[in-house]
Amino acid sequence: MRIGVLALQGDVAEHVRAVREPRVEALPVKNVEDLARVDGLVIPGGESTTVMKLLDRFQLAEPIARRVREGMPLWGTCMGMIVIARDVTGAQQPTLDLMDISVRRNAFGRQNESAEVSLAISALGDKPFPAVFIRAPWVERAGRAVETLGERDGHAVMVRQENVLATSFHPELTGDRRVHEYFIRMVRDALVGKRRKIA
Amino acid sequence: MAETGTITVKRGLAQMLKGGVIMDVVTPEHAVIAQEAGAVAVMALERIPADIRAAGGVARMSNLELVRSIMDAVTIPVMAKCRIGHFAEAQLLQELGVDFIDESEVLTPADEQFHVDKNPFTTPFVCGARNLGEALRRINEGAAMIRSKGEAGSGNIVEAVRHMRSITQSIQDLADAKDLKSHAREMRVPLKLVKQVVANGKLPVVLFCAGGVSTPADASLMMQLGAEGIFVGSGIFKSNNPRAFAKAIVNATTHFNDPKVVVEASLSLGKDSRAMEGLDLRKIPESELLAPRGN
Repeated sequence: MRIGVLALQGDVAEHVRAVREPRVEALPVKNVEDLARVDGLVIPGGESTTVMKLLDRFQLAEPIARRVREGMPLWGTCMGMIVIARDVTGAQQPTLDLMDISVRRNAFGRQNESAEVSLAISALGDKPFPAVFIRAPWVERAGRAVETLGERDGHAVMVRQENVLATSFHPELTGDRRVHEYFIRMVRDALVGKRRKIA
Repeated sequence: MAETGTITVKRGLAQMLKGGVIMDVVTPEHAVIAQEAGAVAVMALERIPADIRAAGGVARMSNLELVRSIMDAVTIPVMAKCRIGHFAEAQLLQELGVDFIDESEVLTPADEQFHVDKNPFTTPFVCGARNLGEALRRINEGAAMIRSKGEAGSGNIVEAVRHMRSITQSIQDLADAKDLKSHAREMRVPLKLVKQVVANGKLPVVLFCAGGVSTPADASLMMQLGAEGIFVGSGIFKSNNPRAFAKAIVNATTHFNDPKVVVEASLSLGKDSRAMEGLDLRKIPESELLAPRGN
């Protein structure tokens, strides 16, 4: 199995390290050729304004959207959540519109409000998850197809809609691999499903 | 309980800026141009380094009203500079709510002995360094990000190359060093920090390049030499086409190891484009160099 990490800008190396395990290869994705080689894609933390421009400039927006509509699992962290969302509350910012959510940018505040918070997330087991929020967004509105997996102070911060996962926080900065393992399971399930379809 | 100002969230913001370009801006309009070009953050300043150099005199923290107007103009993170050792300026910038504080040799130092004790601050700091010892001393004081100093406002990449090579070479040399204790003593930092560098083969914080980048090729060069991102000061707004230079330097930084993209970025500047005028650093008296400030 090969999982890509979008490598236009942001904390790419941290995700590459966290994704790697026996039988899971990690590949930084910079162009369509790289994209064609991966079974799942992570959009890391970074600056959403910057990365949306680069996705557009280097013609990656449409190819990624096409793969995801065909069933490729996608996970966005922080900036990735914004890029994946349908729209951004109170801003004209373009997005890929791959999940039926509206997000609020810097919802918890600027950098001085960036924080580490312990979150109860049942999908990850009983042990609380050490969530790192950096100028993080939250989910302001979620459509009916969207499942909320984690909340902070009543705001959805981990959501899933079929093959698309989004977190406001940064599991790649913690050493706790449970969200990465969760996403790897999504990719594995998608591969099994595809094989069944062919058979 | 939400814990703010931890090492993880301070160093973490720098990690989110990796692979990006941080641009010096002196007005909200400049900041918007930078954001449109794809900058990951802006440095709010009253004057860009080339003009500070030309004006002489004492350079202080920027006017706070100006910094605030730049914070209001863009959605990307905003950085601002305080003088070396001027912890009161740093306190004001933290209170104002900037996202990063640059304790910078570009401004006139306020303290010739001590840098700001950066550990107690909630706002992260970036500091300049010419070599590994300087970088580790700043990290030990609490810096969450390091930038090689180069020579700001010079339009000359030679010092940036010297400093980046010095830092990366020293990290490599440490891997084979027998007596880490003596290295730690020589650099005046705790042994623990030196051991961390050896274990990871890199600094424990993000390393950007600053001071002299003026073209897409300069950005590509510094990224290939080990920078994790680029600060551009005078290189954009001292060129004859800031919008084009800003965008071209962003594209060249993203695809620094793909000459095809760097060529396209360079061609996009057009035949009438001129990068900023550069200075021959050998002709500048030592007292006017910025990099030796703060050690």
